[in-house]
Amino acid sequence: MANLTHLTIKAALDGLSKKEFTATELAEAHITAAEAARHLNCFVTETFDHARAQAKESDARYAKGDAKPLDGIPIAMKDLYCTKGIQTTASSKILEGFKPPYESTVSSQMFDDGCVMLGKAALDEFAMGSSNTTSAYGNVINPWRSTAHDKDLVPGGSGGGSAAAVAARIAMGATGTDTGGSIRQPAAFCGIAGIKPTYGRCSRFGIIAFASSLDQAGPTARTVEDCALLLKSMAGHDPKDSTSVNRPVPDYAAAIGKSVKGLKVGVPREYRMDGANPEIMALWDKGVEMMKDAGAEIVDVSLPHTKYALQTYYVIAPAECSSNLARYDGVRYGLRVPGDNLIDTYEKTRAAGFGDEVKRRILIGTYVLSAGYYDAYYNKARKVRKLIWQDFIDAYQKCDVLLTPTAPTTAFAIGENTQDPVTMYLNDIFTVPASMAGMPGLSLPAGLSSDGLPLGLQLLGKPFDEETIFTAGDVLEKAVGFDALPQTLQKAA
Amino acid sequence: MSNALIKGETGEWEIVIGLEVHAQCLSQSKLFSGASAVFGAAPNEHVSTVDAGFPGMLPVINGHCVSQAVKTGLGLNAKINLHSVFERKNYFYPDLPQGYQISQYQHPIVGEGEIEIDLPDGSTKVIGIERLHLEQDAGKSLHDQHPQKSFVDLNRSGNPLMEIVSKPDMRSADEAAAYVTKLRTILRYLGTCDGNMDEGSMRCDVNVSVRKPGDELGTRCEIKNVNSVRFVHQAIEHEARRQVEVIEGGGEIKQETRLFDTKSGTTRSMRSKEDAHDYRYFPDPDLLPLVLEQSFVDAINDNLPELPDAKKKRFIGDLGLTPYDAGVLVAEKERAYFYEFAVKGRDGKLVANWLLTELWGALNKAEKTLSESPVSAEQLGGLVGLISDNTISGRIAKDVFAEMFATGKDAAVIVDEKGLKQVTDTGAIEKVIDEVLAANPDKVAEYKGGKDKLFGFFVGQVMKQSGGKANPGIVNELLKKKL
Repeated sequence: MANLTHLTIKAALDGLSKKEFTATELAEAHITAAEAARHLNCFVTETFDHARAQAKESDARYAKGDAKPLDGIPIAMKDLYCTKGIQTTASSKILEGFKPPYESTVSSQMFDDGCVMLGKAALDEFAMGSSNTTSAYGNVINPWRSTAHDKDLVPGGSGGGSAAAVAARIAMGATGTDTGGSIRQPAAFCGIAGIKPTYGRCSRFGIIAFASSLDQAGPTARTVEDCALLLKSMAGHDPKDSTSVNRPVPDYAAAIGKSVKGLKVGVPREYRMDGANPEIMALWDKGVEMMKDAGAEIVDVSLPHTKYALQTYYVIAPAECSSNLARYDGVRYGLRVPGDNLIDTYEKTRAAGFGDEVKRRILIGTYVLSAGYYDAYYNKARKVRKLIWQDFIDAYQKCDVLLTPTAPTTAFAIGENTQDPVTMYLNDIFTVPASMAGMPGLSLPAGLSSDGLPLGLQLLGKPFDEETIFTAGDVLEKAVGFDALPQTLQKAA
Repeated sequence: MSNALIKGETGEWEIVIGLEVHAQCLSQSKLFSGASAVFGAAPNEHVSTVDAGFPGMLPVINGHCVSQAVKTGLGLNAKINLHSVFERKNYFYPDLPQGYQISQYQHPIVGEGEIEIDLPDGSTKVIGIERLHLEQDAGKSLHDQHPQKSFVDLNRSGNPLMEIVSKPDMRSADEAAAYVTKLRTILRYLGTCDGNMDEGSMRCDVNVSVRKPGDELGTRCEIKNVNSVRFVHQAIEHEARRQVEVIEGGGEIKQETRLFDTKSGTTRSMRSKEDAHDYRYFPDPDLLPLVLEQSFVDAINDNLPELPDAKKKRFIGDLGLTPYDAGVLVAEKERAYFYEFAVKGRDGKLVANWLLTELWGALNKAEKTLSESPVSAEQLGGLVGLISDNTISGRIAKDVFAEMFATGKDAAVIVDEKGLKQVTDTGAIEKVIDEVLAANPDKVAEYKGGKDKLFGFFVGQVMKQSGGKANPGIVNELLKKKL
């Protein structure tokens, strides 16, 4: 029997339907892997018994011959998704012990399709961060290690637990949410694939909000095709989310294996920034060559407002978060620190319940929405956001997809970049513009740095044209032939 | 003249009033959740996870409430904005579970309009409407249930409200009271709000300022949550006098929010402008802009019920009522509808008289409302019909009515059972006259001797003999002939 934890989802579904192994065996193999890798701290809450019960049901369906599309596939669920009766924390102290009486739409669709949940994956607190070091439940450690030093590395963020679990072969896939890069940047840091679909493609119902106009659910997995399989299950219109879009969900996996002959791949010149990491720029050039070799037409395009994207993002996202997080007041659920009076209770609860990064963003958001600053910050940011969106629309007149790097650096050591939030924020420089514009974007592993760490490339597409991204991503993935394993797993494999 | 000027030591002062009315939109469910919006449940019984601000919960607009707001806008002769935006009004309070109220701010669903108010002296005045917007209600904090703790009831949280803002067009407490009354009548006609102020489904914030006639607007104070027409009147009277006293005493009016104390009939400061919240409004990213089709608005417009002003005009023009009677009839939707049922095929004025005097008086005496009336609209119409076709006289009708009110029977049945049908047969009446004259030969002699006044005596005797059923006109005519 093959090493079950190293299979792709596609291969595992094949093996399950051919009865080469059972869903229970698949789940147990992953639970064993998870137990062995607890030092990575991927989960806030492990739900192994839950997984075993779900796997048993899967096996029953396989036995009866009525298996679901993703039956028996063990996944990690980002702890931002509300799961009925199972603690959901957003990696925050303020929600410790909170067991939602409802299931998020996306997780419920995945369970309906037979997914098996191993645990609630850790994230930066309320998805605010790029390193998974702001979680109230400890840092997540990247399974990859640098050849240059022996420090523990960050998995990226906010979806660090999800990405680390998939990279460490603890889970075959995981859910993420991407507000400014929270799926794509950790995918790049951990050497896996991840897609943020178009805003409105997946329901936000039951996903704890960070910045509502940006938050979008999506999957991470080890291959582009596996992402396509997971996204098919996650996507769809939901009447309970007014911003979800009512259009049919295509069979994304059907976009795999197609040619990119004649496909116009845009290369935005503004992403070639001064002082950029030369290794990453070289990888990007290599990716462009590969697409050309596969028959794509390379087009030079301009996204002139790229340089304003990050600043604008750090006005809009905190503004929305300052309001979204007002509900955590210690009155109805989660943490309550009793005070002398109402205001004191609010203050003590929120002081104890929120970490520094969350507090920083609430403060920024409150400030930019305040009378007197509103027009200078929030309103201006909204206007710039529209220009950024227009940049993409204009670029897509000339090309079908855009190819860019995913992140400006490789995974850095835990503790680095924490003193200066702005350096930390720069991690999202390549991912934020598409978030601001609501465009879909995929990151896939495209090589290793000189110190042995994964590097990612990003494909951005037209609104609701995830299929073209999958086609291009699959072609690039095959050309790259990324087969490196995290050092921690090399002995095992 | 409703411009009630206040006499101060330095001369006369004019009051300027604008009102913000929060009217709860009649709807089975809340504005953004499926929870029940019906009044009267036990605390926290009508609460969904959306209303309680649970993590990851999202608002979804209730289409019925949008229709209701548009309908109300049309009833206020206002502009309907096909594009409107829900924004978040941010502040902390335990009865506001999300930490923000979803409201409309820069782009309300309804723009400028106007209504005509009816003043006590019979005159009317047009009051401008500034806007109407949709918003969700907060929950309720209960401070009187426990010595140390405050309790929160979230039943009201998320209930649909229409905030209707007037222009500062009112110049007296009377006008403000008339405005609230008229607005309530219109909402009830439209069926968009039940207007029950005692249940809190209509609440008023009153803005008051004073100025010397012709001067610029003075600084205003806002009096919060004034919850009856009488209190609106009282609060304005008190607040205007307070402001005049402050200014004439050399002081200055500070813009502030004040509370009305129903016990003392006075207002007191709640918070000053400096302490006012910065609500940090911004468009709610969970909701897309609300975009309406003109055809949607047109369909609502085509099905708008007849409103009180139009009805009043019709009652005066088509049914010959006095403006006063017509005004009284249309002031309550139920009353107007009762009248319209009763008047079908009957004499308009006569039905109005019977409704407003006899039935009204009887109901008051019995402490019943119109909906509890033992006499239905059709039955009242039936009675008037019997008077109009001379089946019974007006006097007999009063007895019949009393019987109807007591038993709920139809007028025709009572008239039949009791044989109260008016006698118009001249032979029969002549016979009675002959008997009366024969029984009173001395009186006949006196009458013939010139004592004209005795004619009334004979009429009375004849009517008495006939049990009141003889047609009085015929009795008069025949008596004259015989004498």
